[in-house]
Amino acid sequence: MDAVQPRIIVQRDDFDIAAEMSQISGQNRNIGAVVTFSGLCRDEAGTLAALEIEHYPGMAEAEMTRVAAEVLDRWTLTGLTIIHRFGLIKPGENIVLVMAASIHREAAFNAASFLMDYLKNTAPFWKKEHLNTGEERGWVEAKTKDQDAFKRWHSL
Amino acid sequence: MTKLVYFAWVRERIGKGEEVIELDPAIVTVSDLLAHLKTRGEEYAAALEYENVIRVAINQEHVEHDAFVKGATEIALFPPMTGG
Repeated sequence: MDAVQPRIIVQRDDFDIAAEMSQISGQNRNIGAVVTFSGLCRDEAGTLAALEIEHYPGMAEAEMTRVAAEVLDRWTLTGLTIIHRFGLIKPGENIVLVMAASIHREAAFNAASFLMDYLKNTAPFWKKEHLNTGEERGWVEAKTKDQDAFKRWHSL
Repeated sequence: MTKLVYFAWVRERIGKGEEVIELDPAIVTVSDLLAHLKTRGEEYAAALEYENVIRVAINQEHVEHDAFVKGATEIALFPPMTGG
């Protein structure tokens, strides 16, 4: 079996989940499972106008590629797509997409979960909140629970 | 010459996104660099006040504060990441 080439994209524009699904299933017919995770912008109970996502161009792609390589080393996948947006994102819009394909479901579920825990902690993106009042609430703080979710993979 | 790049609130507090500096040979590790930058003015001191939360990448790869800076072409300083 040929090595899977992950599809890694950092972009300002929205992505099309159905098109990404076709892209994955079109390149390999030995896929029994595709796990899709999409992260959306919340409105924080109606208070948030938008998230502004800053990224480190170059390193964002490099880090996503490194995490993808680790995932492909750990689980046998038949397809992998990671897309992360930057710029101004409004509530209800997509922020991130992880799509992991495998022959059976377990590898795809685990790979997608691992990827999200890793991306949150190691991919160079930062969120700033803009409120409906026109004010900036400031930069989102990194959460302990995200760090704990990241660390649990080291003990497995 | 070494390019320094800053992101999120580190960038905002320092007041610029990037700059090019000459690394003094006395600056051996990332910790030395942070200590040196803090002497460059109030804005640097404010940005780097809580030194242990500052994350660092050399040539676009994460490193710890004890990493050597020699040969680095690009050093990035930023807060903990909040993507995803």
